[in-house]
Amino acid sequence: MFFPLLVLRNAFRHKLRTTLTIVGIVVAITAFGLLRTIVDAWYAGANASSSARLVTRSSVSLVFALPLNYAQKIRQVPGVASVAWANWFGGVYLNERNFFAQFAISATNYLDMYPEFLLPDAERKAFLADRVGAIAGRKLAEKYGWKVGDQIPLRGTIYPGTWTFTLRGIYDGAEEGTDTSTFFFHFDYLNEAIKRQYPRRGDQAGVLIEQLRDPEEAAAVSQAIDATFRNSLAETLTETEKAFQLGFVAMSEAILLAIQAVSYVVIVIIMAVMANTMAMTARERYGEYATFKALGFSNGFVAMLIFSESLGIALLGGVLGIALTFPMAEAFASSIGSILAGFKVSEETVAAQMMAALVIGTVAAAIPAWNAARVRIVDGLRAIG
Amino acid sequence: MTPEPRIAVHTGTAGARARGAADEAATPSLVAIRSLSKYYVRGDQVIPVLVDIDLDVRAGEYIALMGPSGSGKSTLLNLIAGIDKPSSGEIRVAGVDIGKLSDADLALWRAAHVGFIFQFYNLMPVLTAFGNVELPLQLTSLSRGERRERVQTALALVGLSDRATHLPNELSGGQQQRVAIARALITDPTLIVADEPTGDLDRSTAEEILGLVERLNAELGKTVIMVTHDPKAAEKAHRLVHLEKGVLVD
Repeated sequence: MFFPLLVLRNAFRHKLRTTLTIVGIVVAITAFGLLRTIVDAWYAGANASSSARLVTRSSVSLVFALPLNYAQKIRQVPGVASVAWANWFGGVYLNERNFFAQFAISATNYLDMYPEFLLPDAERKAFLADRVGAIAGRKLAEKYGWKVGDQIPLRGTIYPGTWTFTLRGIYDGAEEGTDTSTFFFHFDYLNEAIKRQYPRRGDQAGVLIEQLRDPEEAAAVSQAIDATFRNSLAETLTETEKAFQLGFVAMSEAILLAIQAVSYVVIVIIMAVMANTMAMTARERYGEYATFKALGFSNGFVAMLIFSESLGIALLGGVLGIALTFPMAEAFASSIGSILAGFKVSEETVAAQMMAALVIGTVAAAIPAWNAARVRIVDGLRAIG
Repeated sequence: MTPEPRIAVHTGTAGARARGAADEAATPSLVAIRSLSKYYVRGDQVIPVLVDIDLDVRAGEYIALMGPSGSGKSTLLNLIAGIDKPSSGEIRVAGVDIGKLSDADLALWRAAHVGFIFQFYNLMPVLTAFGNVELPLQLTSLSRGERRERVQTALALVGLSDRATHLPNELSGGQQQRVAIARALITDPTLIVADEPTGDLDRSTAEEILGLVERLNAELGKTVIMVTHDPKAAEKAHRLVHLEKGVLVD
């Protein structure tokens, strides 16, 4: 008990200094965790994607839709098990602040293709039977307090008018990372309405999604699909779902890099602050360290004293920072709505935070411990008086 | 046979002188210093601190090292205590050439053989009087109960049993020095070294401390080597050793 007690008492000898250092570490570790979680959330879609699905879009841009009859031709490509399609709707629920993803989907085969969306059979049947029916993810439904049977009005921004849907089901995610903040409704409902108002915009889908028979064939099937439509009016670009999602992430890669850089800069800054604190602490105690050594304690004991104190402070700050990250992340997630669907503090982030605290404690103590261990007893004793 | 020391010996009181003379022939040297030199190098300058010192200290002896500031008396004490290393020469304490020990072995040797009393007490401010006295015992294999018993005995010896739970800043200077003395004797060391033990104390408190040091020597038989500027403190010693400019003088 002697050593831990000595470390503890030394650590809180200057209560204000230690408290401020811990507060600094808490802020740094929390910020580090939050920033990492933001980056993780950006990649959440890509990480949750299946390797057994391909996405085909216009080779020019996502803005241009593909003719729906492409689906028939793609079905003929060897290796393709089934084809579904989806359109980004981009509607506004009540006001612009309520952003969430909405897709018009070819309901039957789309749901078959996404087994990670868990929908009770009765709700699935009700959705498939109702042309103006819709389903929403659990997180989205909870956010707006929706219940099955509710009418959900969306004001179209790409497709003009107010579109009212009846919520027929609420799906859950099969895995923790599955997005449950998306709204789906029938493509046919959208397509028929569009054909009536704008006949030239009918029978077109934003993306076609292919279920592969064998994920190993993804590259060959992608090439075969794109080859089918080469030199046509709407050439295609087919890629794995993950690559498709990463394409979106790449659009904001510079921002992500900046966020990551800031997260590490925060750690480096607090490391410097902590190192300064430990250096100051060690310098003030050279006389004590010399006395320890004169009494027969080893250089290693003195170094361990400094390391333990530094690690103790850093780990305490780290644990408090990690604990604070969860409510902060929750508050952040609710303030940004559904923009980052997979906003969740991961185990990897917690481990990285703990590792950062360890590194802060170790690096901050390294030079003071080295100096204190090496200081000559007579020089250290001269520091007293 | 102990070699004849090449030192100037000034005796203290008549009693002490008589005691010293009587013991000299019978008691072997505990500390034997031969041709000891210590110098520091600053750039291309060599600064001698101690030059060719020969000195013997017998077991149970109480010696006062005196001399003006910068004469090298504290350096000599540090060398004898094993907290500094000689540039040349030999220091044997109880037969061990401590100048040849590695840093780690020297630390173990100090823990077992030397008790320190410093001018500014050098107590750990975060430890109670009990904790400070117990400190050297943390390096031993004694059980907690054995350590407690020893600490209580040592604190009782210096008259501080009722202050065991007090932190150093809750004690007066004299009390802190008494805690330091208890710490110095807790491991029953061969040698007690004291560097200006009364230098930070008023006259009456200094007398108390000197009385205590004298008891360590007279009653417990501890060999004491003390650096002091104070002639009154030096009077308590069996022998006075004078240093000037790093050389022992008559």
